[in-house]
Amino acid sequence: MNEYILSLIVFLPLLAALVLLFIDSKRAELIRAVGLVVALMTFVLSLSLPHHFVQGQKGFQFECLLLWIPQFSINYHVGIDGISLLLILLTTFITPLVLLASWTDIKDKVKAYIVCMLLLETGMIGVFVSLDLILFYVFWEAMLIPMYFLIGIWGGPRRVYAAVKFFIYTMVGSVLMLVAILVLYFAAQPEHTFDLIALTEIHPLTGWLGLIAFGAFALAFAIKVPMFPFHTWLPDAHVEAPTAGSVILAAVLLKMGTYGFLRFCLPLFPEASIACAPIISALAIIGIIYGALVAMAQTDIKKLVAYSSVSHLGFVMLGIFAFNMQGMSGSLLQMLNHGLSTGALFLIVGMIYERRHTRQIADFGGIARVVPVLTVCFLLATLSSIGLPGLNGFVGEFLILLGTFQVNPTYAIFATFGIVLGAAYMLRMFRSVMYGPLDKEENASLKDLNAREIAVLVPVILCMFWIGLYPKWFLSTMDASIQEVQGIVLRADHEGSNTTRQPLSGPAAPEVGPGGSFPVAVPPAPETGEPIAHLAPDDTSPPNATQDEGVGHRHRDATTNRIGEVTP
Amino acid sequence: MIDYLFLTILLPLVGVLVNGFFGARLPKKLVAVIGCGTVGAAFLIGVSALIALARLPVAERSVELSLFEWMAAGDLRVHAALLFDPLSAVMLVVVSGIGLLIHVYSIGYMWKDSGFARYFTYLNLFIVSMLILILGNNFVVFYVGWELVGLCSYLLIGFWFHKPSAADAAKKAFIVNRVGDLGFALGIFAIFAVFGTVQFSEVFHAIREPVNGFVDGQNLLVLGAIAVLLFIGAMGKSAQIPLYVWLPDAMEGPTPVSALIHAATMVTAGVYMVARCHVLYELVPGVLAFVGVIGAVTAVLAASIALVQHDIKRVLAYSTISQLGYMFLGCGVGAYAAAIFHLMTHAFFKALLFLGSGSVIHSMEHAIRHAHGDADPQDMRNMGGLGRHMRITALTFVVGSAALAGVPFLSGFYSKEEILTSAWEGNRLLWGLGVAGAVMTAFYMTRQVLKTFFGKFRLGDDIEAGLHESAAVMTVPLLLLAVGAVGAGWIAKPLHVFLSPVFNSQEVIHGGVEAAAHGGGHGSLMVIAICAAFAGIAVGVALYAKASDRPTRLAAALEPVHRLLYNKYYVDEIYDRLMISQGHALSRFLANVFDAHFIDGVVNGVAKVVGGVGEVLKKCQTGYVRNYALTMAAGVVAILLYFLMR
Repeated sequence: MNEYILSLIVFLPLLAALVLLFIDSKRAELIRAVGLVVALMTFVLSLSLPHHFVQGQKGFQFECLLLWIPQFSINYHVGIDGISLLLILLTTFITPLVLLASWTDIKDKVKAYIVCMLLLETGMIGVFVSLDLILFYVFWEAMLIPMYFLIGIWGGPRRVYAAVKFFIYTMVGSVLMLVAILVLYFAAQPEHTFDLIALTEIHPLTGWLGLIAFGAFALAFAIKVPMFPFHTWLPDAHVEAPTAGSVILAAVLLKMGTYGFLRFCLPLFPEASIACAPIISALAIIGIIYGALVAMAQTDIKKLVAYSSVSHLGFVMLGIFAFNMQGMSGSLLQMLNHGLSTGALFLIVGMIYERRHTRQIADFGGIARVVPVLTVCFLLATLSSIGLPGLNGFVGEFLILLGTFQVNPTYAIFATFGIVLGAAYMLRMFRSVMYGPLDKEENASLKDLNAREIAVLVPVILCMFWIGLYPKWFLSTMDASIQEVQGIVLRADHEGSNTTRQPLSGPAAPEVGPGGSFPVAVPPAPETGEPIAHLAPDDTSPPNATQDEGVGHRHRDATTNRIGEVTP
Repeated sequence: MIDYLFLTILLPLVGVLVNGFFGARLPKKLVAVIGCGTVGAAFLIGVSALIALARLPVAERSVELSLFEWMAAGDLRVHAALLFDPLSAVMLVVVSGIGLLIHVYSIGYMWKDSGFARYFTYLNLFIVSMLILILGNNFVVFYVGWELVGLCSYLLIGFWFHKPSAADAAKKAFIVNRVGDLGFALGIFAIFAVFGTVQFSEVFHAIREPVNGFVDGQNLLVLGAIAVLLFIGAMGKSAQIPLYVWLPDAMEGPTPVSALIHAATMVTAGVYMVARCHVLYELVPGVLAFVGVIGAVTAVLAASIALVQHDIKRVLAYSTISQLGYMFLGCGVGAYAAAIFHLMTHAFFKALLFLGSGSVIHSMEHAIRHAHGDADPQDMRNMGGLGRHMRITALTFVVGSAALAGVPFLSGFYSKEEILTSAWEGNRLLWGLGVAGAVMTAFYMTRQVLKTFFGKFRLGDDIEAGLHESAAVMTVPLLLLAVGAVGAGWIAKPLHVFLSPVFNSQEVIHGGVEAAAHGGGHGSLMVIAICAAFAGIAVGVALYAKASDRPTRLAAALEPVHRLLYNKYYVDEIYDRLMISQGHALSRFLANVFDAHFIDGVVNGVAKVVGGVGEVLKKCQTGYVRNYALTMAAGVVAILLYFLMR
């Protein structure tokens, strides 16, 4: 059973979409109900994954390997680890909510809409479970098509422009990635393979070729994230997409990019990842600040939230390329957090739009009096988005920034400015929309949230509190997998540095501890071409060492060591 | 009892949940009972825990209670854990006690407001946040409370969110605080980078007893950076130069909120932080001096602004900033216990003064509305002679003012005196600033009392007829606070003894301070302080005791100075010019020009180029066989030529 559960989750929505084709398209309510029920079933099925998932175990679980095109050794190989598990849960959690949210929103071509949503769900989950590069590529591309239609058919006035831009922009990146996949395949010795696990072990591409292949993958993912300066498709797509499209886009599709970095770029090209880390971190920081500044000037709520995504995803990228446990775990957690908080914001903007048919900030003001329940939800989503402690955003951002600081305080200082700007643009928007005098007549009769809308938002808000107050389950689910990815990068760093310098950690060279390289006192070593000199040696310790031991002791030891190190 | 300490946080949190979810449907009385009852219970638990702590042997008076592991990644472990030692015990009792009185007072003040339940939800949430801040045993939990009090002040300042000024002030408070928090967060990151832990006890242990002897110069630089970063947070939260601008605007909230958040408790968080981290600050005297200078300068500047304001709450707001400056001045010269002592006495008399002004405003509002006037109920120029109509309010307000002004034997006298004496030993210049501030403090409080409660009422008989004393639910808290404002100074000695294990490095100075407070070695300093207070009072009486044009003439004579002070040194305007406008201009440029035209232009440009090349190439695909044959023939000729020429 365990072997096929993943495939069942992936293909259940697809099967349902096929069944839907045989239902009369006039029976909109029935079609909606089927869509919702199937999405809920998928969610329930996916809940069996964490139930059977073994925390702390390295490698992939629920693996299933079937021959597909054996001539080219292309296989149907799926499996999940802690990283993909959490993202799958996010996907299956968000999809039914989105279907429920768009219950009255979409009146046109309901059947096509539900089919698109179900196909999209299959594509998204497929991306997260694929362990074969061709299989991954198929799902990656397949996912584009329903999204293209979602924007192009049910979108706003400039929907065709936005849909084409979204499709072609993403496509440009993916095609280069396909080439890189083929290069990997032919470089793999002794046997050509598309298998991710095998390729990670063989590690066929190093040096220049590795760098170029990394670049191709990175471009595809960077467009998807989207990283500055590849972000301009995002605001267009978000503004034109229907609410459901925006939510899925923000909550899950953007995570494909960051997931791609974590799953493919880092394990397959660790040397290139280390070499490019300064560039990517710099772009991430630019994205954080630039996205926030641009968001500040927006007059359209949806566009503001869209640009806030550019800023938030910058944090995620920064954390991944910190290559330490805090940064990377924070990034994965922040992917979920962004899915929840930005998803909630888009849902709420959609609800407001459905009532007033405008998203201009200037058209609102003072509506907190009229719609108290919506106000509470909106406030919570806003606070979660600006990283208030107690809600989810804080834990992710805090870990990312803390991790980044260990590696490069300058990065962390710049990125922290993003948090101030984040508060500034979100609260400015919230103040203009919700607070102030109620001076527009048409806003006076706005209806508060109905039961269906509350049912959509409450689960999201509960999850925000869960992650904010007790993120332990999430962190320990991802721990072993993150450690594995980090281990690959660290090993590559060691090997790279062995030729040029002493090993980084261990008792042999205690002078290069994190205390010693702390650059307030010592300027950081030049980044380019150098192996990262400041990865904390504690991070290399085996996982059980950190899990089982008493907290106090370990820390005291670490403390004394560090102080000892800096003293000559 | 100490084991049940988490209840002090949990009970008000239950209040938040009950009032938040069901408050609108519950009867107001029940809402009030839940709101006050949970805080009252927290106070009782706090008191009994304090007693239990005092019964422990001195060496064991630091108890850590771990509730659960909150965050774990790599070698970072953050526990939701509490630290109970004399410092947090004193803070706990002060905050929950004053908080309780303000809760009770609020029942009367907010009774007619439609957002009664919402108000008590926020108020309880504030107590929860502040207690998290006080009781956290590590920097991260501390930071949680630190940010949450920021949130509460956002919610409570913006409580009447339909007023644009309130909504703007709320936003301003949150964002300015965030600027400070940025520094604080970076400080935490640096602490983890250096010490590998964020727990107070472990960090301070590592600082106190470094393994290989004393820390060297390079380490000191790092520790100095950490101390500065943390202090930036304190500047935001405790409204010190240059981040104090949010506090005066914060009076847009209901008046009891000003008392709770912006006078008695929340703003003291920065002082508490510096006291908590004194081990760190001790090591870097340069930073400590910086703290003292910021404190002293803030004390004087804010007091000078308070001299000329007309709004009854605005005077008090600047006075708060000024008094916080004194507390930092105390920290800066190493007198942490004196700073905490002043924090405590200030909590009593400033809460009293704010609540008293609330009582005045309440009565003024009512009277003005009753007579269909539209005068500003907070402007002292509209008041006068109120003492005849509100005796309890007037009496307690005078007591509070006297305590703040430093009249001998009242609480403020002892605590301010201690700080000034320590400043004298630390740095004579800082002491001079402190004395100058004390004169101004005595003056503006005298001015306020005389303008508000004495003389003739200035809005005419119609409105005067509507003035009345507030209800008992409001005056009883005033009386209790007045008792504190008088007597809180008399416990100086036991307080110092109780706190001494926390600040053990400071015993020497304490000795001097206690001697000074009891007429010992620094008698002449005390005389100077008393003279300063009475000088300020005398000038105030001379100018305002009788209705005359003397104040106006003085203002006219010193026109430029008066205008500068009245406009608060134009700091808000300068910030707006230099940063906010520039930031918005940059943001508009990036959004409307750079992003829309340059970045997206490149994207669309690439698409256009591809399309254009396609257009050109399209022309080759004519579909006529003759064209293709011609091209082919040309090609053949070219190839032939190539081979022939070779």
